Amino acid sequence: MLPEKITREMFDKLVALAALELDEEESEYLRTELNHQLAAVKELSEIPIDEDIEPSLHGINCQGNPPRPDEWKPFPDPDAILALAPESRERYFVVPDIAQPGQEGQ
Amino acid sequence: MNTTSLSALEIVLRVRAGELSAMQVLEEHLAQIAAVDGIPGQLDLPALPPREEQKVHAFIQVTTDLARQQAEQIEAKVARGEDPGPLAGVPVSIKDIFCVQGTTTTAGSRILYNFRPPYTATTVARLEQAGALILGKTNLDEFTYGSSSESSAFQPHPNNPWNTQHVTGGSSGGSAAAVAAYETPLSLGTDTGGSIRQPAAFCGVVGLKPTYGRTSRYGLIAFGSSLDCPGPLARNVSDAALMLQVLAGADPKDSTSSIQPVPDYLAALAEGVRGLRIGISPDYDHIAYPDTETGEMGIQAIQPEMNQAVREVAQVLASLGAEIIENVPMPNARHGIPTYFVISRVEAASNLHRFDGVKYGYRTQKPVQDLTELYRVTRAEGFGLQPKLRILMGMYVSAAAHAAHYYQKALRVRSLIRADFERAFDPTGPYRLDALLTPTTPTTAFRRKEVLRDTVLMQYSDQMTVGANHAGIPAISIPAGLDPQGLPIGVQFFGNDFREDIILRVAYAYEQATELAPWRQEIPQALRAAEVK
Repeated sequence: MLPEKITREMFDKLVALAALELDEEESEYLRTELNHQLAAVKELSEIPIDEDIEPSLHGINCQGNPPRPDEWKPFPDPDAILALAPESRERYFVVPDIAQPGQEGQ
Repeated sequence: MNTTSLSALEIVLRVRAGELSAMQVLEEHLAQIAAVDGIPGQLDLPALPPREEQKVHAFIQVTTDLARQQAEQIEAKVARGEDPGPLAGVPVSIKDIFCVQGTTTTAGSRILYNFRPPYTATTVARLEQAGALILGKTNLDEFTYGSSSESSAFQPHPNNPWNTQHVTGGSSGGSAAAVAAYETPLSLGTDTGGSIRQPAAFCGVVGLKPTYGRTSRYGLIAFGSSLDCPGPLARNVSDAALMLQVLAGADPKDSTSSIQPVPDYLAALAEGVRGLRIGISPDYDHIAYPDTETGEMGIQAIQPEMNQAVREVAQVLASLGAEIIENVPMPNARHGIPTYFVISRVEAASNLHRFDGVKYGYRTQKPVQDLTELYRVTRAEGFGLQPKLRILMGMYVSAAAHAAHYYQKALRVRSLIRADFERAFDPTGPYRLDALLTPTTPTTAFRRKEVLRDTVLMQYSDQMTVGANHAGIPAISIPAGLDPQGLPIGVQFFGNDFREDIILRVAYAYEQATELAPWRQEIPQALRAAEVK
């Protein structure tokens, strides 16, 4: 059986994996709600289900568009996309240093 | 009496005939917004004067200049004798989850507070090409994550025009409120678990969630990619049909959009319900609700007026010649929310990874050491509680250690939910339904702040609607009365794949038959307040 509750330690690990940071109040509230939501989904494990029931990725059997030819269609105004960047230089996105393995904060 | 009281269909007919100017229509709707809407949603809201409590606050942004340009173009086309389009001169508001070039597109989140998309969503482009006037962007739950529209980072959140102390529902709450308050005859919303139908029910308007793939998702900021569906909100059924006609159809930019031909929805309306088989299910007259400590499911009654409304609607339809089929079993309906808690969160978490403060949107102003810290601090500051919770839940239930238990199981339960509807609609099966009639919501609009912090209870507001999203089928919510508090009651019709024409027809028949009902003559409080002023 799975653990019934997400402990503080598990929660903090999840927060780091999600590339988030939470203050104390947010952390307590969200961990409580997460545990409540997991309690609410507990019944899923108790639903009897035949072996031959396949998973549904979509509700209806998608009869979507047939695949397009693989043709390059340039966006008319790439500078409009670059202009959205919080920081850019010479048409590159600027970011802080990328941490090397072993150097990462936590 | 001015053009704000006209239906979209009446506006189009008069504008196309040259009897009514698109600019007059626009200016009268802008005046209505000025009278009832109050200040628009904004970040870091200062304290508000009390009179703002009585306002609707449907909009984050009113795009006056854009709409005036569009109105001028319609007038020029009419003057030249050109076809101005099937929505000529009709104001439309857009839920602020659709990219519209020339507008800020926030998703109700700080992380996109300054995002000005360099392209326009297909559904919005179709509205523009059809001659609609884009009035502005309406408020919503942050990233559509909620059922009350209170979680927007842009405050004040929308208020229910029928009683501004109550919520609009959500997440398309600004859209529903704007339509209910006669600020616009039409609004474009999205429905992932009920986000068109639930606020439509709470605000006393019509909301239609099309079949998955009937309307393009291109340019829609994604929540649950296998569930999301753009669709219309309107004050009556024929306006919803008119708008769906413009929205529907294949889009080369969305590989999940369907190539099924689009029927003539308006023409189908008048065909009536004689001979149609309308089902009612005992599995939709209550909800199964979990104890959040133990996970034990209990049965909870819903507001009695909801079941009463379903019975009255069934009687009206029976009197028009429909056959009412009772006791249609939908045994897996009760699993809708637990299944949704898993599938929608996994998809949401996946879709939210892209927001990182690098290519667009908000970036932290704090000094950071490295890129990883930039991501963490930007996301910590940019996302509100709901996106954070959905990322955490989605990552937990799809983690390698738990995926078989939660995510894979949920996908298989989704097949069971779908199978219930297939059996109900099967033309050779025991029920052979054309539509299934249910309440849209377990209650009428709840009070503001009453549910906001309880994320499980909030999600259960979608118990009656979410089945259509799991199954991919269409469903429509229409007004069916007012409760003793004067709050709107909605009922819902589910239909078979791509049979929007049939559920629109059934809804239209009921609407026409009850045209003179006393409750239809009532006016929302926010409008009465504006008149007194």
